[in-house]
Amino acid sequence: MSERTQSEAFAAPRRELAADTFGMWIFLASEAMLFGALLLVFLAARIAYPQAFAAASGHLSLPLGTANTVVLITSSFTMALAHVFADAGRWRGATAGLAATGALGLVFLAVKGYEYRSEYLEGLAPVLGAPFRYEGPAPANAELFFNLYFTMTALHAAHLLGGIAVVGFVLARWRRTAAAGRLRRVTATGLYWHFVDVVWIFLFPVLYLIDR
Amino acid sequence: MSADTYPPQSYFAAGYGPRAWFLTTDHKRVAWLYLVALTAFFFIGGAMAVVMRLELATPQGDVLTADVYNRMFSIHGIIMVWFFLVPSIPATLGNFLLPLMLGAKDLAFPRLNLASWYVFAFGSLFTLFAVIAGGVDTGWTFYTPLSSLYSDSYVSAAAFGVFIVGFSTIMTGINFIVSVHKLRAPGLTWFRLPIFVWTMYATALVMVLATPVLAASLILIVLERVFGIGVFNPELGGDPLLFQHLFWFYSHPAVYIMILPGMGVVSEILPCFARRPLFGYRAVALSSMAIAVFGFLVWGHHMFVSGQSAYAGVVFSFLSFLVAIPSAIKVFNWTLTLRKGHITFDTPMLYALGFLGLFTFGGLAGLFVASLAVDVHLHDTYFVVAHFHYIMVGGMVTAYMGGLHFWWPKMTGRMYSELWGRIAAVTTFIGFNLTFFPQYVLGYLGMPRRYHAYPAEFAFWHVLSSTGAVVLAIGYVMPFFYLGWSLLRGSAAPANPWRASGLEWQTASPPPQHNFARTPTVTEGPYAYPEPEDER
Repeated sequence: MSERTQSEAFAAPRRELAADTFGMWIFLASEAMLFGALLLVFLAARIAYPQAFAAASGHLSLPLGTANTVVLITSSFTMALAHVFADAGRWRGATAGLAATGALGLVFLAVKGYEYRSEYLEGLAPVLGAPFRYEGPAPANAELFFNLYFTMTALHAAHLLGGIAVVGFVLARWRRTAAAGRLRRVTATGLYWHFVDVVWIFLFPVLYLIDR
Repeated sequence: MSADTYPPQSYFAAGYGPRAWFLTTDHKRVAWLYLVALTAFFFIGGAMAVVMRLELATPQGDVLTADVYNRMFSIHGIIMVWFFLVPSIPATLGNFLLPLMLGAKDLAFPRLNLASWYVFAFGSLFTLFAVIAGGVDTGWTFYTPLSSLYSDSYVSAAAFGVFIVGFSTIMTGINFIVSVHKLRAPGLTWFRLPIFVWTMYATALVMVLATPVLAASLILIVLERVFGIGVFNPELGGDPLLFQHLFWFYSHPAVYIMILPGMGVVSEILPCFARRPLFGYRAVALSSMAIAVFGFLVWGHHMFVSGQSAYAGVVFSFLSFLVAIPSAIKVFNWTLTLRKGHITFDTPMLYALGFLGLFTFGGLAGLFVASLAVDVHLHDTYFVVAHFHYIMVGGMVTAYMGGLHFWWPKMTGRMYSELWGRIAAVTTFIGFNLTFFPQYVLGYLGMPRRYHAYPAEFAFWHVLSSTGAVVLAIGYVMPFFYLGWSLLRGSAAPANPWRASGLEWQTASPPPQHNFARTPTVTEGPYAYPEPEDER
């Protein structure tokens, strides 16, 4: 046998690939419950205070949110390309796809950071001791909206940061990884990346598009 | 332990130094790492229970102040639930046995398995730090707004530790699910799997799908305390009750994490010592899955008096009664397994029979508290305390001890003292009932939980309970000594000391490093014991 498996439990690399992929799906189901719980919390609050939430949603930057959506969807495309290349054994294309994916992830975080900064300067962020400044109906409920917005998008950003770190790790170890291992890693990382993308696809309309 | 005491092919022989243990990816060694850690936590949590029972031996508060008592029961709950019961059987016996029962060389992700132990150790030690720093006074349930707005104890640190331990739970869950799907030996179809594997699978599903909701609620508690995000604070329009929904959405399924593995253990022990195949195998297997599914739909029964709508209460009450169906299916099938059996009362069997009685008793009490009107009377009394201790201690811990004795010869290659084993099993059974049966009575008479002092008229039942706690403690300490003795001096165990069926008994005791000399092929179902008709 020329091809070795990473875990002694498996007799063949193909079987290990199937197990890795399946394991990642189970993990994503777990992650879906995490974000699902927060979406439920948001939903409960939004049903309780529809006008306040709609008005507060209007204070988020639609251009930046839209731009970030485009960036993230594009990163999923480059990740999909990386997987197609890896599956075909075209390693140069696979690494290029991974690198582009990581770079686009960083762009997303940069834009998100800029957004956070302007919201902080406006006085909307729940930073230690900083007073909440908001001109609009029901400021207390609007504060709840912004706090939930920061919680959910920050948790998403943390997941994206984790994804970028994993992409970086896969690239850093690329030369020392056998062909079967490369495909396994690209497949698992890709699944995770697409999931983080899908979470944003939910967060964007739920947070930014309430009344527009 | 010296190198020449074990046959060279056993998994112990791979190395005896710290590196061989702390850097291992062998599922059997990771099981031992967990066993040592969990035993330590069991005794820490148990010692706290003993101190509480000491306080409650007299009506007035004399050993502990009210505040220290609050911290004591909080950390008792946190340790026993998250650092002992949730990982107990899955992380020790499950880790050790699942690959053996599947005919596999290891779990699907051996490195993830070891990582889960380190994550567990970090998270649990972090929480211990919170205890030493000053403790938590919210109870293990972290109810808001006490935990978010009012408590000045170390809530954030404890919640963070529990949050971290949650990752290790999820890692174990993923590992088990993937292993059952992908690593079954040739011929080992789903309906040839032992019930222990079925219950591990059901448990793993609950672990993977429920734990993240706990993570979400703990994140929100910490954010509430640090940033005041207001999600549980009415001043901003938040809702303290929302926390209870999130918490019980995790914690009720988690109750089944804390009983399903015990059901799996008992389903292995009873057929072996009754020399009968498990009665109604498919019904027992599928009822495990049913319990896992129903478990997600009943969280509102913890909130009957929290102000949720009466309609929600009715629905949750009805769904809670449904859980009784798969549970009863199991109990009846276990009982029928014993019918016409050639029963011997070896130590594991004594524990398993104890489980059968205590689980039934605790489960029936569950029907009382699942009834809306009755629960208004019993809510937050000792009746509830007695109910869940009958399930979690009488059920799960008894099954854990039974399983530990049953598979001890396999895990260590040593036999233990049968006489001491039986004495300990009977002692725990007596001590347990003496401790917790009086609490049913106390609760019914109206004694609320979580008080360090009480009116003198309750003293009789409290004294009985405290006496029982001492007996129970002795019962739990005994195995520590005679099992320890067996590890050092016990006589060598044969491959299959109980003449049990199952793949794990077909390899050596202790198993070789890769479990089987060659991958087994399975040609029949589990529990290949003689049918009653065969011996007419």
